[in-house]
Parts: sequence; structure tokens; C-alpha cells
Amino acid sequence: MSDTIIEVKNLSKRYLIGKRESYYTLRDTIVDTFKKPLRFFYRSKTNIEGKTDNYIWALKNVSFEVKQGEVVGIIGRNGAGKTTLLKILSRITEPTEGYVKIWGRVGSLLEIGTGFHPELTGRENIYLNGAILGMKKVEIDRKFDEIVSFAEIEKFIDTPVKHYSSGMYVRLAFAIAAHLEPEILIVDEVLAVGDIEFQKKCLGKMDDVAKRGRTVLFVSHNMAAINRLCHLGILLDKGVLKMMGSAENVVASYLSEAAKSEGERKWDDIKDAPGNDKVRLRAVRVRKLNGEITSVVDIRYPFYIEIEYDIFVPLLNFQIGYQLQTLDGLVVFSTGDIENKDWCQKQKEPGRYVSRCEVPGMFLNSMSYVITVGANVRGIEVFFHEEGVLKFDVAQTGNLLLERYGRLPGVICPSLRWDIFKK
Amino acid sequence: MNIDLLHSEVWGQKENLPLLIIRPSKGWCVNLREIWYYRELLYFFVWRDIKVRYKQTLIGAGWAILQPLLTMIIFTIFFGKIAKLPSEGIPYPIFSYSGLLLWTYFSSAVLNSSNSLIGNANLITKVYFPRIIVVFSSAVEGMIDYFIAISILFLMMMFYKISLNLYVIITPFLLFLAFLSATGIGLWLSALNVKYRDVRYAIPFFVQLLLFTTPVIYPSNIISEKFRWLFYLNPISGIIDAHRACILGYKPIDLSSLGISILVSIFLFITGALYFGRTERLFADII
Repeated sequence: MSDTIIEVKNLSKRYLIGKRESYYTLRDTIVDTFKKPLRFFYRSKTNIEGKTDNYIWALKNVSFEVKQGEVVGIIGRNGAGKTTLLKILSRITEPTEGYVKIWGRVGSLLEIGTGFHPELTGRENIYLNGAILGMKKVEIDRKFDEIVSFAEIEKFIDTPVKHYSSGMYVRLAFAIAAHLEPEILIVDEVLAVGDIEFQKKCLGKMDDVAKRGRTVLFVSHNMAAINRLCHLGILLDKGVLKMMGSAENVVASYLSEAAKSEGERKWDDIKDAPGNDKVRLRAVRVRKLNGEITSVVDIRYPFYIEIEYDIFVPLLNFQIGYQLQTLDGLVVFSTGDIENKDWCQKQKEPGRYVSRCEVPGMFLNSMSYVITVGANVRGIEVFFHEEGVLKFDVAQTGNLLLERYGRLPGVICPSLRWDIFKK
Repeated sequence: MNIDLLHSEVWGQKENLPLLIIRPSKGWCVNLREIWYYRELLYFFVWRDIKVRYKQTLIGAGWAILQPLLTMIIFTIFFGKIAKLPSEGIPYPIFSYSGLLLWTYFSSAVLNSSNSLIGNANLITKVYFPRIIVVFSSAVEGMIDYFIAISILFLMMMFYKISLNLYVIITPFLLFLAFLSATGIGLWLSALNVKYRDVRYAIPFFVQLLLFTTPVIYPSNIISEKFRWLFYLNPISGIIDAHRACILGYKPIDLSSLGISILVSIFLFITGALYFGRTERLFADII
């Protein structure tokens, strides 16, 4: 108990379905009141005990403890309650039930560059953003040079940030938050932006923060980053804490559990299918060339990854694609059906579609892979991004080299051409 | 009035670290200690708004002068010359401008503070700070314009050879009262605005109507004694009267009307702050 720094007990958060991000107009309330004249007066009562189907529990009875200096990765599918948990911990929203005890100052970074004003210069934004994140002016004065050099924007410090490149913007924003030096740092998926070099730097900084005895809570879809950075993992599923343990175990369990291994994943009920009223994912399957659905493919032969989906409105520049990951979260490659030259310029009319991708033989190694499927209109809208939809195994079978040496190390195992010359 | 120092959290000491308890809050409460802790943020918000305000404008702070000045000219032509409204013996331009000064501050403070929460929605859903800071800062911002515009009044008085009254030193207090009443209204409306966006459309209209029940265009003595008390329920009326009297010194400050204004302002402010404190916890969920 002595070094517990965060204690979460029976934490629950309830949202009204469909009203979470909308707002009422006075008219709505008046209309509602006329429809059910008494409801207005009994509202508070029905809210608590009434129809439960109007509510969604974003978090339900979540309890855990975090000790000082631990780095905790929070993982789960979209809608599992990760962001809600972070929002409660950073006091943006209140829990419906339960409590949290936190010892120390909390610095939270739910979005990069919150409160940046495009018209203000880098220097001005450092002060503004620092103050928004809870820093005192003297503190910002003291850390100013360090922030600027960390963000590598010395030359542009007096330029309005609206002229910054997105990379510079992100670097500056992270630099400010990283120098907040709270006892507890809460970070939500901010590493998804920025270039690789800077991502490394950020991870390094977070590592640094942890080494100095600070506690870090970190939400990410990047399983490799979670594995590398975190000691502990928390797996949330539909608002319930599914598992807490070493990061490696939790990540492995998340990825393999998330992905069903029947070789096919179908959404029969359209309401459960990932997507929105424009696009819905209906099925993902792994198919051998002879058409058979399978969860184990032969390392030697090509196979198909098939994505079946519905489109409800005409869409231009629509692409659907997938990401192949290893069980420890490493992304092997990403690809999208925009590669198809016949379709990539065409508008997709409403209807059911199948996009099929052929994966060559002698390319993946003999191990388990997980498919993550996403659909978007690039730069405009992301329709869904569904983690770990399907798991399949690549089985080791004969090949001259493999027979001789067994499984070769590596996430892929391509058969490459070698030429040999005798000089 | 129950102003609870301890809101949904309790600050204590454990191993030299402050303890924060987050749990569902109940009742009406305003956490004064925390607002005090975040006072620097108030300063930075005001500073941001002032800095950004006239960026990419041609005449910049000139707008602070132009707005009341042009309104004054139009009022002088239509209400002073054509309609021949009385102005208690002082030149109509001076009369209307001295009222417009404070009115312009008050109306912009009401408008800005009422829209402040939805204007900063991205902050409210991403960072924690006492939300009341946003409302305060947007009501403070307009004070700069007031100080710029008042210099024009002094120039106009020199032109009309009206000497400055000694009581001009209490104008900051009257400005503060205008701030108090505008913020009181702003607290109510900004919190309602989060829930009912109707407020956003109603405010400009409401503020426009309020101008006609305020002694800016006409002197308050044209209202019959019987309805005077009703007239002064509009908190800015008594303040504008006193403001004019203390700068121009042509009549004593009417303490009873100012007293009503002060009481109404304090009432609006306290009830506004309580309502705000009560609904604050829902802002991030419904904004």
C-alpha cells in the first residue's frame, strides 16, 4: 500500500446512448416533455433506475492499483473504455460510481497540441500550452530552453505555429507535455503521429520519465511500443478489466484472443459490424487458392485474404485494407485495395463487395499472424479500424532450405534468388 | 449560500504527495481553492485572447475605438438630432458615448462569456482545469477595449470643454461591477449553452433588446418614478448611470439605483456560479 500511487476501485462510467456527443435543443426537451408529461419531473429517478437499455456502461467495476515508477500499458479494442478511463483519471469527466485515489500531480496528454493557437508563435504557445497543462509560469521559464531544444524548433520559435509543418507541431506539443514532470503521466495514443525518429525520441523520453520514479499510463494500438515500454499491461474489453499482468502476457493474450482462429470472422448482425452508416465490415477470411477457408496456410503456397463489406453510399477514393501483425505486435506490412488499378479511380456504388488480396507463398514465416482491417477515404474519413480481426498460422512444410535448417528466424521468410559465381 | 471548499476532491498529504480523490460529486459546490490555484491560467487565457484578437486585421486595436465611435455618431444623428431625445443638459455625443463605452464592454462580455465554453470545447474534452476560468477570462478580455475607448471620451470632453470630475477614480470599480453582472449572466448562459444550443442564437438578440432598456440612448429620468425600480433590475442600468455621473460630474451618483444594481449583480453572480458548479461535471460529456 505504501508505494501505491493510483488506486482505482469499482470505477464505472455510464453514458447515454447516442447522446454522448450530441446536444439537446430546448425544443427537444419541450417536445419530450409534451410526449411524456410526467417524465420531466421524474427524470432524475428514471435516470438512475429506469430503462437500462438507454445507457451504455463505458466502464464497469474496474479496479486496479498502480505502484510508483510503473509503466502501464492499457490496451483493448475501440470502445473498450480506454479513453474513458484516461479521461476519468485526468478529471475531464466524472465517474458514475466508484472512486480513484491518486497521490501526486497528474499530467495528461490525451491529444497532442491541445490548446495550441495557430496564430501564436512557438514561444507564446509554449507558455499557453504549459499553463493549460498545469504548469506555473516560473516553471515554464525554467524549462523553456530545454523544451525548445527537445522539439528542435530553435529557428522557428518566433514563427506562428500555423506555419509549422505537422512534424514540428507534434514535436513542440510533445516536448511541452514531456517537461511537465508530473508524478503521473497519462498518454493517449500520441505516438501515432510524427516521424520515426521523433517517435523513438518520445519513447526514450517516456522511458526516462519512468526511470526517474514517475508513473506512466499509456494507451496505444502499437503493441510493439507497449511491449517495449511497459512493465504492466491492462486489458479492457467492453468496459470490463479483462486482465492485468506483465505487458508481454497481456499483449499476447489480447492479440490471440481477439483474433478468432477459424479462418473466418463474420458479422451476421449488421449492428455489431464495425463501421458506420456508410460502410460496414461483414467478413474477413483466409482462403486457400482452391477456395477452401482455412486458418492454417502452407508456407510454400500463395493464399488469399478476403474482406467482404457493404457500401451504403457512393464513395470515391474509398480503400479497404489490412495490416499483418505478429503476436507481439510488430507490423509486418500494410496494404490496401487501392493497389487495384482498375478500381482505384472508380466510384464505388452501394452494394456488397469483396476485396481479395493474394499473399505470395514463401514470403511469411512459419508463425502466427494477426489481421487488422481498416477502411477509409484517404484524408477524409476513417470508417473503421478493427484490431486483431482474425488470426491464422503459417505452417512449416517442406522446402529444401527449411528441411535442412528448420525454422529460420525472422518475421518473414522470403525465398530469394541467389546467384553463385566461382571466380 | 453553501460554498463548499472541497469539491469532488480532497487535498491531503501522504508521503509528501498531494492526494486527489476522484468520485461522483454531489450537490452544489464551487471549489474556490482550486480556482485560486489556476489563476495563472486565467491570465494566460486573457493574454491569448488579446494577442489573437486583432491578428490579421488592418486597423487592429482601432476597432476598439471605431465601434463605439461610429455607434455614437449614428445615435447622435438619429436619436439626438432627429428624435431630439433629452440628454440631461450635456452634449448628446458625450452623453451617448459615455454610456456606450460601458455598454460595449458589458455586451461583449456577456456575448463572449456565454459562448466561451462551446468555443473552447476542444480544451474541455481534453484537459482538466476549472471551467469557470474560461468564462472569467472571456469577460475580462473586453476591458482592454474599454480602456482604449475611454481615452477618446477624454478627448471629446476636451473638445466640448467639459472638465473631468474627481469621481472618475471610481470608474474601475464600476467596470468591475459591469464585469460581475456580465459574468453572472455569462455563467448562467454558458452552462445552459452547453446543453441547449438555442442559447447561442438567443443571446445576440437578447443583448440587442437589453440595450433599449438601458439608459444609453436616453437618460433614466424619462422613466416614470413608478417603474424606475423595474428599470433598475437590469443591473447594467444603474451602473451606466453612475458611470456617466462620475465621469461628467453633472449630477450626483444615485446611490439607491447603484445599490439595486450591485445587489442584482451579486445575486446573478452567486446563483450563476452555483448553477455552473452544479453542471460543470457534465460539460465534457455533453458538449
